[in-house]
Amino acid sequence: MAGELSVAGADLELIDVRKDFPGFTALDDMDLHIPAGQFFALLGPSGCGKTTTLRIVAGLETPTQGRVLIGGKDITDTKPHERPVNTVFQSYALFPHMTILDNVAFGLRQRKVEDPVAKAQAALDLVELGHVGERRPQQLSGGQQQRVALARALVNRPSLLLLDEPLGALDLKLRRQMQIELKAIQMEVGLTFLHVTHDQEEAMDMADTVAVMNKGRIEQMGAPEALYDRPKTAFVSKFLGQSNLFVGKVVDSNANSVSIEVGGSKITVDKKRAEKHEGTIAIGVRPEKATFHESKPTLGADHVLIGPGEIIDIRFTGVSNQYLIEVPNVGEITVFAQNVGKSPVVELGAKVWISWKVEHSFGLRDLPDGTEDQG
Amino acid sequence: MAFAAFGSSAPTTQGQTKSGRVVLALLLPGLIYLVLFFVIPLVSLVLTSLEAPAASGKIGEYVPGFDIGNYSYVVTKYWPQIARSFGFAFLATIISLLISYPLAYFIGVKARSRPMLQRMLVTLVIAPFFISFLLRTIAWKQLLADHSPIMEWAHQVGLLSPSQSFIGSEAAVVFGLVYNFIPFMTLPLYTSLERLDIRFLEAGSDLYASPAKVFRKITLPLSMPGIISGTLLTFIPIAGDYVNASRDFLGSSNTSMIGTMVDADFLQNRNYPAASAMSVVLMGIILILVTWYVRKSGTEDLL
Repeated sequence: MAGELSVAGADLELIDVRKDFPGFTALDDMDLHIPAGQFFALLGPSGCGKTTTLRIVAGLETPTQGRVLIGGKDITDTKPHERPVNTVFQSYALFPHMTILDNVAFGLRQRKVEDPVAKAQAALDLVELGHVGERRPQQLSGGQQQRVALARALVNRPSLLLLDEPLGALDLKLRRQMQIELKAIQMEVGLTFLHVTHDQEEAMDMADTVAVMNKGRIEQMGAPEALYDRPKTAFVSKFLGQSNLFVGKVVDSNANSVSIEVGGSKITVDKKRAEKHEGTIAIGVRPEKATFHESKPTLGADHVLIGPGEIIDIRFTGVSNQYLIEVPNVGEITVFAQNVGKSPVVELGAKVWISWKVEHSFGLRDLPDGTEDQG
Repeated sequence: MAFAAFGSSAPTTQGQTKSGRVVLALLLPGLIYLVLFFVIPLVSLVLTSLEAPAASGKIGEYVPGFDIGNYSYVVTKYWPQIARSFGFAFLATIISLLISYPLAYFIGVKARSRPMLQRMLVTLVIAPFFISFLLRTIAWKQLLADHSPIMEWAHQVGLLSPSQSFIGSEAAVVFGLVYNFIPFMTLPLYTSLERLDIRFLEAGSDLYASPAKVFRKITLPLSMPGIISGTLLTFIPIAGDYVNASRDFLGSSNTSMIGTMVDADFLQNRNYPAASAMSVVLMGIILILVTWYVRKSGTEDLL
């Protein structure tokens, strides 16, 4: 049955796409290539242009300039109903005046596909809702409607499936469950999925490739692990997980590493993990990569050491504690420590030193907002 | 429903009777109004329709009776007017719908991004109500009169043959009916289209439906409540209208409708039983047609 639904997905290409709305530019010369069969996530805050991108691919918006290609074929001027693309809408948009089965069979009937009812039933079975075919959309729960919307799109075997924050309206538990199901279905049918979301966990959990968007541009694109391990801009480092960022002038640079000085401490990054090697640069580290010590440790050159600082806030989050440490002249640093022994490890107001391995530092291309170039 | 809601909030028997009294007090003005101005006149109408001529033989004097003959008399005498009434009502409703739908769609859907324009257009639709409809119909009588500029022009371009006049024709009456009742079609259509979720239309085109198919399969069914209420709100009053078809307005003796005959029997012939029987017949036909229409369109729950 899954075999019946599966087709080879097609690749999607956006070339130099720009979209101007009165008063602002939603998309700024965007280039994007999504290989066939990939689960691709566009991640970004609201208003970053991700939904506009999706609507341009679906044909619901016309780009101001640029071309859209699916499977190598230019579809920029093709009407939405003539594109080999289906969308799972954020609001699901299930037709309220039709039964669930008629909703799912709608696309098949429009294209005069043979035996639409049997195929629609098979698609409903795939999302485990075969028994609700005769009901109306408003009689289903949010999670069920979401799955019907998915079946309604999948049944047409589009070359490309667009998902517009399809899990946004679900509660956390259902969302996690649907993420797993969605990923499983994508692997089963082998379609190209373009998933738009503002939920970074959802994007990292499901996608093969994540593109982080900000202000109408793609800031960085790559596998979730790579993006998390080496964010290249301040925006990505803050939007995808949390980061401690330090800004300073380069004081030391050799073949392997670059160091800046911040408030009397030296912060070092591997040269191959840094985007910029001179002038004023920003270096960051993830809170879980850093540790703190109650007495000043003796560490080699392969570690960064900052301190002493004072613990000003402790947050208990279950599996870990989040410590906020104020270091004079450096700023606030967040450190995550797992709850494996005594919790919390230290009390509020304790004096601590912070350290991490140089190999965990990352150097950014730009500076965080609100910091000035000191060069 | 109201009783159940009150009952659940007041579990004791005493509380229930008390809130029951409140509900009754709130319903009373409406009930009194209905009895005084609907039930009593209706009963009186039916009784009048069965009255027989008084023994004195004087015109306009009748005694209570059970004269079913009044009904066969009006149906045989006035069947052309009955047929014309429903023919006109049907035609005028269809024309109103065809004119109103694109207008309401434009105001309710296309003008959404421009709320100022939307409000202005709705005001324009309602604006005619600010002037009495008798005055407006009289005004049309002037405008469409034989030697008015409009008619001179119509004769010149050959829309009408030299000896033909528009006023007093069936077309003039239907024109007047459409003109007078079209806001009752436009407003419910607008209300229903204004709530139409554009995302359904986008989903339709995303699922391979051409614009024409999207309209037929999605827009039209979703605006059905507006179509049903609009057609009922125009058809029912048009069927009973006695102004437009009258000789004093846009009609002639060849265009009279049921309302015209009721008017004539009541006020000129003083044949009260016949006029009443005519009204009951009109009511009965409308009731049957509306019931059939609502059943057929599957929207009983809307009423």
